[in-house]
Amino acid sequence: MPENLFKVNIEEYMLPGQRACQGCGLSLAYRYVLKALRENTIVTFPACCLTVLHGLYPTTSVTIPALNCTLASTAASASGLVAGLNAVNRTDITVVAIAGDGGTFDMGIQALSGAAERGTDFIYVCYDNEGYMNTGTQRSSATPMGALTSTTPVLTKQQPKKDMLRIMEAHDLPYLATTSPAYPIDLYDKFVKAKRIKGARYMQIAVPCPPGWGYAPKDTVRIGRLAVETGIVALFEIEDGKFRFTGRTKTLAEKGNKLPVINYVERQGRFRKMSIEQLRQLQRWVDTRWNEYLKRAEG
Amino acid sequence: MKKKDTNISAMATPAVGEAGKTGDWRDMRPVCDHSKCIPSIKKKAACFLCWLYCPEGVIKATIPLEIDLEYCKGCGICAEECPGKAITMVNEGEKNG
Amino acid sequence: MAEVQIMTGNQAAALGAKLSHVQVVAAYPITPQTSVTEMLSQLIEGGELKAEYIRVESEHSALAVCISASTVGARVFTSTSSQGLLYMHEQIHWAAGARLPIVMCCINRGVGAPWTIFNDQQDSIAQRDTGWIQIYCRDNQEIIDSIIQAYRIAESVYVPVMICYDGFVMSHTMMPVEIPDAAAVSDFIPPYKPHTILSPEAPMNINPVLFPWRRANTEGVLCDGYMEMRYKLQKALDESREVIASTSRQFAGAFGRDHGGMLWQYKTDDAEIILAGMGSVASEATMAADMLRSEGIKAGVVGIRVFRPFPKEDVRAAFRTAKAICVFEKGISYGYEGALCSEIKAALYGTDIRLPIHNYICGLGGRDVKARELAEAVRSSRDAIAAGDTEPVPKWLNCFTE
Repeated sequence: MPENLFKVNIEEYMLPGQRACQGCGLSLAYRYVLKALRENTIVTFPACCLTVLHGLYPTTSVTIPALNCTLASTAASASGLVAGLNAVNRTDITVVAIAGDGGTFDMGIQALSGAAERGTDFIYVCYDNEGYMNTGTQRSSATPMGALTSTTPVLTKQQPKKDMLRIMEAHDLPYLATTSPAYPIDLYDKFVKAKRIKGARYMQIAVPCPPGWGYAPKDTVRIGRLAVETGIVALFEIEDGKFRFTGRTKTLAEKGNKLPVINYVERQGRFRKMSIEQLRQLQRWVDTRWNEYLKRAEG
Repeated sequence: MKKKDTNISAMATPAVGEAGKTGDWRDMRPVCDHSKCIPSIKKKAACFLCWLYCPEGVIKATIPLEIDLEYCKGCGICAEECPGKAITMVNEGEKNG
Repeated sequence: MAEVQIMTGNQAAALGAKLSHVQVVAAYPITPQTSVTEMLSQLIEGGELKAEYIRVESEHSALAVCISASTVGARVFTSTSSQGLLYMHEQIHWAAGARLPIVMCCINRGVGAPWTIFNDQQDSIAQRDTGWIQIYCRDNQEIIDSIIQAYRIAESVYVPVMICYDGFVMSHTMMPVEIPDAAAVSDFIPPYKPHTILSPEAPMNINPVLFPWRRANTEGVLCDGYMEMRYKLQKALDESREVIASTSRQFAGAFGRDHGGMLWQYKTDDAEIILAGMGSVASEATMAADMLRSEGIKAGVVGIRVFRPFPKEDVRAAFRTAKAICVFEKGISYGYEGALCSEIKAALYGTDIRLPIHNYICGLGGRDVKARELAEAVRSSRDAIAAGDTEPVPKWLNCFTE
């Protein structure tokens, strides 16, 4: 059965009938995040799509203990959980902070940087759906250039995506990894690894969002896969400073057959007003990073 | 005597169907043609990409495959990702396949 | 045995936290609170207090840490002032809604703009509607004693408590303080029993979304909507009055000091004119009352110790026989009057206590408030009342308003 086939924990911690949208990339990712983290985990999250997924009082769709916190305080909330659990001698529990790109790249960055610098023993997970999706697709600093959002409704986003991974790497973390729900096993393995490591760990999941990005719910895995195939998302991990490509990205890097970004862009409604110049800039943005990664993977 | 909510702050407990019967959200439902389904053909645990990619966790990786239509939201990822094209999305109201 | 030491208000606060066996401290330095964080760091790093100290990057995170640590069953402490308290505002509401027995010291300081580092009470007054119990201290002894009381109160009613004391006037002023006996404090505050503990043994989702309407759980029990849950917070604050008063009485029994429960009174029995205030200004008012009495004016003082929940009944009893009230406040609800003045007026509404109430805004941003100035204000109010001025606008004391 699947546990032998895929070598994953067969237990489901997200119960059927949860509240997230059809084809939600976060739902798919979260299913494997929880499988990897297992029972001895407490998650904390701010107001975001995950709040919706966890559901309304008095019921919840997730069997892992969860604590809601305010938008700017996800990593601080995790710090409090770690401190409180230490104080009551519960050191067997993994504390996980999880927020979207709004709660991470934007409002949560201060608390995240603080908790990371303090070496807080926790896993911080950013599920990056590239916008304020829970409030209806507004621009965030994670939104890529050329994307339409409800706050860049005419001109599209003019600036490139913030490179949060470099910011987090500058905190000298013991473990940092990028993942995609289109590659659940790669995601699962990285979270299993992250759980074993001590200290502040940063995980970024590139989460496709059907309503926010303008594609059919059935295409979530396909879009997630194209993000990786085009190098928009690179799957890698940095363990104690050592950079390593993983999964599909590793193969792409070895074979040198990364696709042009147009293959990814053309399938999403949010890019329908993207100019040729923006497309060129996006390709350059991807290529610059890709080449840096290649160098680091060799080194 | 009717039981009251004695919680002094909000604390929710796990329940299947938190958002109700999410199967009601569907306008199309996945239908599996087991004669094309790889585990059914091979009679062993194989493929199960539908199980792997289901964002809801409502597919049971059994032989034959089972989909919990009470909660399946009908996103269609399973049909899209099925390498044997065994799963097709059928309009609700239409008969199987 | 209890010993007496000369110490600042901030030292008294840190010692109060230590005696209360706090397990997690998270705080961010801000003048005039800073030395509280320094002393607690010293106590924890020096091994005198077994606690986790989280050196957060902001006040917003300080209270976030306290909220989460309290949720998993730890006794927590934080302190701040002014902008720090304002920066926490969102979390202050959250802590109360989550019904967490957090104790925080607010070392009162004015708020910007423009900048001031000096004392008034605008910071904590602005947190009036957050659902916290607010206790205003008048000397350093009351700070240490009130922190100990606060844990007992907070952990029995599951409402957070803010211990407010005036910046510099108390925080940096040395006063003799009797340090309560550690064993007696341990007896006075039983170990913290959370109303809920977040743990893998009983997974739940704490503080999720509540809709306007009620919703059934899996057993069919109709559970609270947002409004029912919020009503429980109001009920808890209403019921906390008795707990605050009894805690104060029991503290007096155990330690020999009674700070007055909801409010304290000074020479009010025969007082015709009563000076009212909170914190150090009320303490200063006792000297003003003595000055006035030496001139033959029967003056007394009511110090409001607990601003939330507001001591409506105690206020009615305290002012029953007075002929006039002068309310002195280190803060104002801009566009109207001092918040305490409004509360006192509201408490007397509908009773047969009808008397002129004069409001003086004083000491903003550290402006001196001396007993003789308070006494002079009372004299001028007396004259104005004699001349028939029963409803004057708030006067800004010791301020060049023209």
